[in-house]
Order: sequence, then C-alpha cells, then structure tokens
Amino acid sequence: MSNTNTTDERDLGQAGEQLSTAPREEPTATLPSMGVIGWARWFWRQLTSMRVALILLFLLSLGAVPGSLIPQNSVDELKVQTFKEAHTTVSPVYEKLQFFDVYSSVWFSAIYILLFVSLIGCIVPRTWQFVGQLRGRPPGAPRKLTRLPAYTTWRTDAEPERVREVAHSLLCRRRFRSHVVGDAVAAEKGYLRETGNLLFHIALIVMLIAFAGGQLFKSEGGKLIVEGDGFANTITQYDDFKSGSLFDDDDLAPFSFDLQDFVGTYERNGPQRGTPRTYEARVTYAEGADGETKKKVIEVNKPLVVDGTKVYLNAHGYAPVISVKDGKGKEVYRSAVPLLPIDNNVTSTGAIKVMDGYKDKNGKKSQLGFQAFFVPTFAGDGQGTMFSQYPGLDYPVLALNGYYGSLGVDSGLPQNVYQLDTSKMKEFKDSNGDKLKKRLRPGETMKLPDGAGSITFESVEEWASFQITRQPASGWALTGAVAAIIGLAGSLFIQRRRVWVRAVRGADGVTVVEMAGLGRSESAKLPEELTGLAIALHDEAPTASGPDPDHRPDQPSEEPAEGAEK
Amino acid sequence: MNLAAATNENLANISNTLIYSSMAVYTLAFFAHIAEWVFGSRSKVGRTAAALNKDSATGPAVKAQAAEKGGTAVLERPQVVTRSAAGSRDVPDGPGAAGGTFKGDLWGRIAVSLTVVAFAVQAAGVVARALSVQRAPWGNMYEFSITFSTVAVGAYLILLALRKNVRWIGLMLVTTVLLDLGIATTTLYTDSDQLVPALHSYWLWIHVSTAIICGAVFYLGAVGTLLYLFRDSYENKIASGGTPGKFATSVMERLPAAKSLDTFSYRINAAVFPLWTFTIIAGAIWAGDAWGRYWGWDPKEVWSFITWVAYAAYLHARATAGWKGRKAAYLALVAFGCWLFNYYGVNIFVTGKHSYAGV
Repeated sequence: MSNTNTTDERDLGQAGEQLSTAPREEPTATLPSMGVIGWARWFWRQLTSMRVALILLFLLSLGAVPGSLIPQNSVDELKVQTFKEAHTTVSPVYEKLQFFDVYSSVWFSAIYILLFVSLIGCIVPRTWQFVGQLRGRPPGAPRKLTRLPAYTTWRTDAEPERVREVAHSLLCRRRFRSHVVGDAVAAEKGYLRETGNLLFHIALIVMLIAFAGGQLFKSEGGKLIVEGDGFANTITQYDDFKSGSLFDDDDLAPFSFDLQDFVGTYERNGPQRGTPRTYEARVTYAEGADGETKKKVIEVNKPLVVDGTKVYLNAHGYAPVISVKDGKGKEVYRSAVPLLPIDNNVTSTGAIKVMDGYKDKNGKKSQLGFQAFFVPTFAGDGQGTMFSQYPGLDYPVLALNGYYGSLGVDSGLPQNVYQLDTSKMKEFKDSNGDKLKKRLRPGETMKLPDGAGSITFESVEEWASFQITRQPASGWALTGAVAAIIGLAGSLFIQRRRVWVRAVRGADGVTVVEMAGLGRSESAKLPEELTGLAIALHDEAPTASGPDPDHRPDQPSEEPAEGAEK
Repeated sequence: MNLAAATNENLANISNTLIYSSMAVYTLAFFAHIAEWVFGSRSKVGRTAAALNKDSATGPAVKAQAAEKGGTAVLERPQVVTRSAAGSRDVPDGPGAAGGTFKGDLWGRIAVSLTVVAFAVQAAGVVARALSVQRAPWGNMYEFSITFSTVAVGAYLILLALRKNVRWIGLMLVTTVLLDLGIATTTLYTDSDQLVPALHSYWLWIHVSTAIICGAVFYLGAVGTLLYLFRDSYENKIASGGTPGKFATSVMERLPAAKSLDTFSYRINAAVFPLWTFTIIAGAIWAGDAWGRYWGWDPKEVWSFITWVAYAAYLHARATAGWKGRKAAYLALVAFGCWLFNYYGVNIFVTGKHSYAGV
C-alpha cells in the first residue's frame, strides 16, 4: 500500500534512505550457480519480491472467478448435482480441476498460502527495520539541500545557533521528531504511515488465520420445527448437519428452545402483493441442561445467540394437522405434517405417512400414505387452479389422495419424508373407480372407501426452519478487519516526510538559513507545509537587510549534489 | 387501497418525473459540453509540445511556486521552490476543454450550471423515491442505479467546488450518467415497494450506501485512468518526435498532463480503497447476522473480493518499479471493470444470495 519514490531515495543517499521500509526491487534476478541453498535463497528472494506478490494477487483474483460462475458444493450441493446432470461432458473435467470446490481446492489454497508466506517474508524484515528507525534518529541533512523536492533559503541577522534552536523547538511543537546534527536540524514526521502499513498487513494475517480456524471448527445444521415443538442442541436432533474437520461433538453448546408462534405478514396491495414483509419466530429458550426459560423473537436479521452459537430463522411454511381413524373409528394418527413450499405464495406439497397402528377393515396391519397439496389462499372452486393466490392463511385448502400397502420405510434406505414411494402401494378409488381425491377445508373429513377409515384436516400450524451455526474465532476476524481498516487509512492518508533546517554563517558574517523537505511521494502538501514552517521560522529570524549575494530561491544552483547524478 | 398507499404512489410518480426531468437537463448539459469542446478546439495552444521539446533540450525544469499568503510581505518572506523528481516529465496541464477561448469557457460554465441543476433535480428524485417507500432507496437495481449516478455527479461537483482541476471529466461524466439513467429507467425499472425481510436492517444504510459511494468515486478514478492512458501515449509520441493526428492533438492538448491525471486517479482510488474495504467488512457483518456466516463465497462476495484484490494490486503496482505508470493504469481499469461486473454482471447473470426484488 505504499508509493515509494525510489528515485529520490537513490538520489539523496543516506538522507532519503529508510523513508520507507518497502523492499527494493532487484533489477534482474540472476540465476544462482550455487547448490540447493543458493536455489532456496533465490526462490525465497523471488517469493518475497513485490513482483511475485503482484502476480500472486492477480492469480488470487483470477482463481476466485470460476467459483462465482460454477455452482459450489460449499454453497449449494443440490445445484452442483443439477449442474453435473445437465453438463455430463465438462463435469468430470471440472471435478478433476476441483471447480466445484474452488475455495478449498489445492490450487486456490496454494495461491493464497504462497501469498501469505510472501507477505510474512516481506513484513517481518520491514518490522525490524522500522523498529530500528524508531529507535534511531532522523538522518542528518544532505550537503546540497537545493536538490530536494521543496527548498527555500534566506539570510538573517540571527545567530546560527539561535536559528537552529528556534527551528528545533518549532519542529518539536509541530510534532516532528527533531534533533540537531552538526550545522543543521533534522526532523521527521508521519511514522504512523509505516505503522499503519505494517498493522494492515498483520491484520490480514490475523483475518486469514481466524477465517481458517473458523472453517475448521465450525458447525452448522438445519432444523425444521412446527409451532409448539422444540429443539435441543445435540447432533441427533438436527435434520442435516455439517462441520469442519476439527469439530468435536462436545463443542455443541448445551441449550434448547421451543417455537411458540410464527408470524408472517405479507404485502396486501399493489404489484408486489404477497411479498413478505415481516417474519417473526417467537421462541422460549433455556441455556444449559436446565437453565431458566427466556423469551425471544427471532427475525431474519436478528438471530438468537446462545454461548457463541447463533440460531437463524431460515424459512417457513405450513403444517396441516391431520388425524386418521381406522375402520373401527379408532384414531391411529394425529400430527402436524410440515409441507414444503413450492412457490412464493407458499403453495406446498408433502406426504402424510401413517406407519404404525393402522389396521384395515379386516383387522390386517397396513400402512397408509397420502399425497398432500396445500394452499393457504385458495383461488375458489371452479377457478381450475390449485395454486395459492397469497402467502397468508386467508382461505386454506388441503387436497389429498391416498394409498395403502407398504410405505417401504423398512427397507433400510433413507427416505425423503416429503415424498411418497408408491411402488408397493395401491391407490384408494372412489365409487366410480377413479382416483380418490378431495379438497378439504379445516375441520372437514375425507372418508376412505369400503370402511377403510377416514382422514381429517383438523387445523393449520406454521413451521419455521432454523439454521444453527457456530463459527469460532469470528471475534478475531472482526478485530482483524477493524485493524486492517485503521492500518489502511494510516498507510494511505498519512505522509511520511523529513525536513532539514541548516543555518551557517556566510562569508560576509550574515547567517544563511536553508530549509528543505522530502516526502515519499511528490505531494502538494509538502511545499505547503515547508512554507508554513519557513514563515514561522522567518518570524523569529527575519530577512537581513542588505544585498543578497548569491542565493535566490528562483535560481537555485543547477550543479548536482555529490553522488546524486546517475 | 388505503390512503397511505395512495400517497406513496403519488410520491413515486413525482420521483419518476424528477428523474426524467434530470435526464432532460443532463442532455442539455451534454450539448453545452460539446459546444465547449468545439469552441475550445479553435484555440492554438501547443503547450505540451513546447514543454516536451524544451524538456528534452534542457533537462528537468525547476518551477517556482508563489507560496505567500499576503501580498505586501512577498518580497520579505522566503519562497519555497519545488523540483520534480529526476526522470519525470514536467509538462504543464492543458487549459481545459474551453482551450482558453471565451466562448468555450462560457459554454463550459453553462454546462456546469446545467449539471448542478440536473444534479439537484436528480437528488430530489432519489429523495422522493426514498420517501415513497419509507426506507433507504437502494432495494433494487433501479434505485441503486439512480443513486449511483447522483453520487458520481455529486462527487464531481464537490471536487469542482473545492477548486480542483476536474472540469475535463464533465463531458464523459454527463454522457455516462445519461447512459446509466437510460438503462435504469428502461430495463431496470421496478415499481416502488417495500423490502423483503432479509433487507430489514440498519446495515442496509451502511453497507449499500458505502458500496454506492465507492462505485461512484472509483468511476471518477477510472475516467482519470483512461484519459491518462490516452494522454500518456500522446505525450510519448511527441517526446519521441512523432506528430499525433489533428483531432488527437486538439483533444489531448487540452487535457491535464499525464502526470496530473495519474496522480488524480491514484488519489481517488487510494482514498476510496479503505472505504471499499469497509464496505466488504460491513457486508460480512451483515451476512453474519442475516445468513449465519460472515463469508460464504456468494457470487457477490466473490466479486467484491476480486475487486478488492485488483485495487490492492493496483496500489502495490504503483509503488513498484517497473509497474508504475501504464501497467498500473491497466490494473486500475481491470479493477473498475471487476466492480462493474460485480454490479451488472453478478446481478443479471448469476443467482446468489444478493438477488432481491426481481433483479
């Protein structure tokens, strides 16, 4: 983040040295003729050079591109699956190149690890060098101050010692680090630039480590909860669960919460009718195994935070409460069945599975399955559509059709709870021999044919799904981020500059004052500041009356400073 | 429809009218700038060529700067002499689009005045939009675009008010503002409405406003960089004894010196870079609250990161021998291209968590 003016530094020898600790570029990298150590040294010098750092930065941004265009496993595994099915030719190639896991791929990791090694290799020596500069003093004035980017001179009657004294205290008052070397005062200001620069780069390393640590120890899982139900934070309770490679089950914070009520409001009017306006999940939660219960409203941007674990509101939907009676009128099933929304108006589908306890009219054990299609706001009979018109519960209707036989849940294979496997089931038929199906309003019942029992749509509950995540070290990442911004502001907005004031008695006995300033970059501020200093000093040491033999500010000598010309 | 909704729609209509009106005024400003450039082309300046030819003869020049505040004490007080670093050209800035002609300057002033008017009308349009929806007016690409060009013009006018030499951006800025507003009102237009719950957060004010400011000011920097590249080739051609075309001479002659343009874009980019860093971090904090992770390689996050890395590369390149000048300038243009893609490309072609309200 620095803009070194290397030309100046070369020109001015020791005076311009170390105005920055930025690494010097070697003109051409000569190939080493030595053995392993020589090569290692050459490699290290290359890696820590600015040129290679630039190339690595470029590669880093280039490497990040495919991850934004190709679906990523870390973001959406389902999308990756769909992509692979749709692009069978390129997918194996992408797979080989780890394009579905760009940000954890070997090549991407290689780029940023090399970049950070290069960064460390650069800032460690710079820090030492800077500490050395802080412990030392600003270097003495160069012989020819006229060679500097900003220069002024005048003759005064004041004694040279007096001028230096005044200049020294003036510079100190203006917060320069100042001292007298020989016939001149040397002063420097703006050390915070280098401090900011180093702070920024160290903060980047802190952020990287915090992010990596967070990835290794993180855990995140999802849980769908119907109103009235609850969740305790153990792995078995999650619907799905992902964790970093160093995660331990004991890392899960012990807490539990119950979903009391879910409230969603939606736009009623206008072209965006149906757009969600608020989602609120009202929960009670308890910390630890048996802590006291507290109330909390979880909203989309306001997670519940318990002991470093955050509970986010992710999605919501409806769960019709269904009861099923067998042929004898005995209730064998009663449950709120969460259905998955398929559009923005929360048209929902799912399956009702009666696994145990049901006996058909002959008293034989059987299983029932129903395909459920639910709309919170029905268009009305005769409208011909079974799609919801509005996401709120204005006119809920549940459409069902049923099957009997084996649900296939005993096969041992995991089954999707929202889908029915009807391969070993038979459809219920109505008296005409058609598929038995009915639209139910809450409280209505569909009778199953031939005394097979009945199914009742009792009422509607809402469900909310939560994402429960724990990402350690995010505090460190935030600290690093804040430090990075502060450091960056320091390194970009603060000028580091040196000022020299030389006062010597001329041949005619009159004191000649010379002032010059040097900054790391050519800035309009440098001459302005020097002017301010010169005017202040001039007030104490005014121009001597009488002729000015040689020094005219607008005709500085053109002769070069010693060793300055290339 | 209730009363409140009716007022809102009324305000939204007012906002649309204001935006269209500002486009009309920007069009007038555009023609005034054209007139400024045309009248300015009649002057014969030839300063660049003169300076470069003299330069090659006498070596680095030293110029004196009047450094006094008062008038009477001038002779008594010390004068500061500045000297440019060895090896760099010391070419004076061009006289600006008006080329020192009275008529050109008049048209330039008219153009700037019209731009001020258009800016006021456009800003009023953005405010009306905000009032009509009772929230920050950055919920969709239409609102983002109208705010974006308002901020870009605002930044330009602030620089003008600070008496910085920036009038040369005028024509290019007004042209692109018209382009931006044209796209916004036709393809990106979205009726004013409320936000989805995911955007209900005060972070919207912080994160999106800084993103807009960064983009708008980066844009000014990018214009400077682009013109730097043209002007630099022009100066190189003259310095190596070539004669650029008549039209190129007429335009380039009036721009600031390549060095000034380069410094301008560097200052702009360096000043905005920390703000861009802040934008990304604010976004990460918001993402931590809204989505359960502060960084998840969402396409928008990826491209913000790419933009950040590209600008970081530019700032490093500018400090590295062998990368200064043109190479660094190309990097700056690539970086702004990344920003643009992050805005248009990611919103339109890529679906991610930043997709709201249609686009």
